[in-house]
Amino acid sequence: MSTPEPSAAGAPEPRIAEAAEPATPAAPAAVGRLADGEWHRLHPATPLLRGGIAFVAILGVLVTNFRDRLVELAVGIEEEGDPFDFLLERGLLLPLLGGAILIIGIGILGFWLSWRFNRFRITDEVVDVRSGILFRTQRQARLDRIQGVNITRPLIPRLFGAARLEISVAGQDANVRLSYLRSDQVDGLRRDVLTLASGAKRGGTDEVDRVRSGLVQQRVDEFLAPELDPTEAEPDSIVRIPPGRLIGSIVLNEGTLVLILALAIGLPWALSNGAWYALIGAFPAVLGMASYVVNRFTRSLRYSIAGTPNGVRVGYGLLTTSNQTLPPGRIHAVAVRQPLLWRPAGWWTITINIANSSSSSNGGANPATTVLPVGTRDDVFRVLGLLLPELSAPEAAGVVATGLEGKGGDDGFVNAPARAVWLLPFSWRRTGFTLTRSTVLLRTGRIWRSLVIVPQARLQSVSLSQGPIRRALGVAGVHPHTVTGPVGTRLTAVGTAQAVEFFEDVAAAAVTSGEADTTHRWRAAGGVA
Amino acid sequence: MAAPLELGDGTWHRVSPKQIGVEVTGSVLMALITGAAAVATYLLGLGFVALPLALMFVGSVVTAVLVPRRVRAYGYQLRDDDLLFRRGLLAQRFVSVPYGRMQLIDINRGPISRLLGLSELKFVTAAAATGVVIPGLPEDEAEGLRDRLVGLAESRRVGL
Repeated sequence: MSTPEPSAAGAPEPRIAEAAEPATPAAPAAVGRLADGEWHRLHPATPLLRGGIAFVAILGVLVTNFRDRLVELAVGIEEEGDPFDFLLERGLLLPLLGGAILIIGIGILGFWLSWRFNRFRITDEVVDVRSGILFRTQRQARLDRIQGVNITRPLIPRLFGAARLEISVAGQDANVRLSYLRSDQVDGLRRDVLTLASGAKRGGTDEVDRVRSGLVQQRVDEFLAPELDPTEAEPDSIVRIPPGRLIGSIVLNEGTLVLILALAIGLPWALSNGAWYALIGAFPAVLGMASYVVNRFTRSLRYSIAGTPNGVRVGYGLLTTSNQTLPPGRIHAVAVRQPLLWRPAGWWTITINIANSSSSSNGGANPATTVLPVGTRDDVFRVLGLLLPELSAPEAAGVVATGLEGKGGDDGFVNAPARAVWLLPFSWRRTGFTLTRSTVLLRTGRIWRSLVIVPQARLQSVSLSQGPIRRALGVAGVHPHTVTGPVGTRLTAVGTAQAVEFFEDVAAAAVTSGEADTTHRWRAAGGVA
Repeated sequence: MAAPLELGDGTWHRVSPKQIGVEVTGSVLMALITGAAAVATYLLGLGFVALPLALMFVGSVVTAVLVPRRVRAYGYQLRDDDLLFRRGLLAQRFVSVPYGRMQLIDINRGPISRLLGLSELKFVTAAAATGVVIPGLPEDEAEGLRDRLVGLAESRRVGL
């Protein structure tokens, strides 16, 4: 696959954009500067931001701490006085300095070369990234298989005006990562990538050039800019999470409460008995919990979600910001859940399955599967309307409401029969399913309520299972299969006849919906707008 | 007890009876090893070790006895739009995979299967839970089925 370029073999290479490949189809110049089908390089400060800073800092620390020792080692004689005088006396200063400069120079050359060799281009069909000096790698991703585009701005690169663009493709660690790019170009690049992927024709998306108003002012503007570029989406997120609700949602969590209770009882006990050693044991748990809470709090503090022409955009993060665009038809399952303690407040949380499981976790860059950390019932309907537009019809909304809050019985859902009480002692009334025109709804949980919605066009397969116990009870389990993620789509027990009917219906619906689906090129002629 | 589930038009392609040999071999080996170990530990006076080993021995014997029924329970149907697969008699599992959803098809042959000229066909979709593996297909049937399914998947290719 990898075709080494002749120019990369060492011969001096022409400057960036002039090095057009003959194979590149000539693209109209109207599209933004980075997505024009030519080869481009990353932000010049990339090596520094990727780890160069750490390297320089370590080098600095080493030199200041071990200066004398280094000189001793190099010369072999221990002597008082300024090492530079000493070296000068012996005529060794110049060779040593030369050596140091050579080492630093090689380091800089290495960084510079790795930057030179790391190039990308975005054509009508693919995203192409080449990198590596000795071990060359080339990665191509087809645009119509894009599962999402994620922009991350870790704190330090953010101060330098740089950002990371990550294009998620279905598969384990199959992401194409462009780190780092200039912060003010990234949003435009994402829009262009998504526009190309959507199947819409090129052109008509001219880059809006920012007015240059001094470097510092520009940085400050970028730092304070809203999470979503106002030219891209409605500037307002459709859901706002007040800090009070966020704190409440974190406190009203079974784990947090257990810890607080344990501390409230354990602390006075330990103090009165002088059992300090017990506190040492509790320390790691408290520390872990605290970091989890702080992390979750800062991550969700600037949460935003809004619809764009190219899909749903979800933003997160206070210091390290990250926002992700999910094109239409990339959501494989949606779960709306309500933990027990949230019920008095009427809060819900929404998680999704997407066909991209990035195992990397640097700087919270992994795609967010929680699209609503905590929200009211109204927020749930607004977010669901964005994620699955086909559910916003009034009759569908009624079905969803029943799915969320219904107590079970004869309410439009096909529920588990009373004999399933042996398997599901509390939740059998609420365990059931229903099919809308384009989705499958699975309702479970009496104490921890949950409603799972699977778009029929995303179903991979469906299974029906029955063991001896369930056969004796006259129930069977059904499981529509979707891609792996935090949303489970299994129904433990429904009546046998209904389960068989469900299996056949879903199997047929998966085929017809799958064939009618055009979202892989969502704005191509005839596609969904 | 209620009747087992039945789906489709009832005409299932079954796997080769030779597959019984493949699956029995494993259980019998397991039974021999655990049985011998149980006897040895009992004679050495280690009753508490011998008991679980004896239980495992009984378990493998039961599995070995049930193998013929289990192998006869494997089945698949090529329907118009999907592949229907069934497995298990006591604990039944049916899976329907639309042809367009198949991402790739593996053919595997273990050492004993190879001796008996059998292959195992594994279907992979984007969902890890699909888990459709048809064991005990004669080699030419496995390859024919694979080519046919790849063709069907290609003609009905859909997005993820």
